[in-house]
Amino acid sequence: MKPTNQYIIVVGCGRLGSILASQLSGQGYSVVVIDRHEYMFRGLSGEFSGFTLVGDATELDLLKRAKVEQANGLFAVTDRDNTNLMVAQAAKQVFQVPLVMARVFDPTREKIYLDTGIQTISPTRLSVDAFIANLNQ
Amino acid sequence: MHLFLIGQGKLLYFLTRQMTSQGHRLTLICNDKEEATMLSHQFKAVVLNGDGSNPNFLAEAQLDQADMFLALTPQDEDNLVACQIAKRQHGVEFTLALVNDPDNQSLFESLGVSTAVSATEIISNLIQQQTQFQTLQTITPVAEGALNLLEVILEQDSPIIGQRVADLPLTPAAQLVGVQRQTVLLPDIPTTHLQARDRIIVITPASDTGTCLRALVGETR
Repeated sequence: MKPTNQYIIVVGCGRLGSILASQLSGQGYSVVVIDRHEYMFRGLSGEFSGFTLVGDATELDLLKRAKVEQANGLFAVTDRDNTNLMVAQAAKQVFQVPLVMARVFDPTREKIYLDTGIQTISPTRLSVDAFIANLNQ
Repeated sequence: MHLFLIGQGKLLYFLTRQMTSQGHRLTLICNDKEEATMLSHQFKAVVLNGDGSNPNFLAEAQLDQADMFLALTPQDEDNLVACQIAKRQHGVEFTLALVNDPDNQSLFESLGVSTAVSATEIISNLIQQQTQFQTLQTITPVAEGALNLLEVILEQDSPIIGQRVADLPLTPAAQLVGVQRQTVLLPDIPTTHLQARDRIIVITPASDTGTCLRALVGETR
């Protein structure tokens, strides 16, 4: 995906969300980052030139205000699995966002969403794989 | 029926009380340890303490035996995920999710939840019905405000349905102007019996307006 004219929504501005939003913005993507708490936006770096939106992304109304139907991608990276899974499914099912990804810590919860059109990333599973891969080298 | 309930608080408590008294088998999943202990002492139900949207935990709870799964936590997203796990991993046919945001009702149902219930939606519908009812009454001041012209459409539950026009319980100073049924102004026959949807037009001294309205639409309104 080329950054020009691409619009990405990042839901959750914690450690992962703030770095993700900052880097995407630095690479030239149009970025809106959503968090329930305004103070979380302090985590964004100097290269972030996108927009911030305070609110609960599980509200369809808030997603509409973020113009989610125009987004090329949505990354749901709050610290709650269920929030990420719900926001991701809404983005896919209601707003037909082409690329939807959700962070899901619990690998067993991740499995249930294999065939829903959303992609899940489990940091837990990635770490396990990385540890074991290093061991086997 | 074997019901699985996840949730907390008064809703879980009273629903459990109601359902156990009706003879249903209940398994409760409650995230709060103290509350789970209290529930297990109060009711003849299996009570588990844990996260009701955790697939491993739900598998241990033997969810495949459930006839109905009800997710009643205060978090919409937890209720969605719990219902989806129940349906997809354990084949539970009927799942119900409590939602706060009325928009989530149709979203959840499109994502596989059998029924999503929104208290917000139920209450706002009731308010709407009530205000719709009120729009059926029109009060127009005439004679520089000394008199009011009342127009009321009779509801199904109006106390005066079936009464004769001559017996309308208006105040002595008030007068019936006419009764319209469908689009026809009824001829002046005092023995005509009133029906639902009849439109009644009354002229009354302003001071009798309240009494006349109550007579036409009932005390509670």
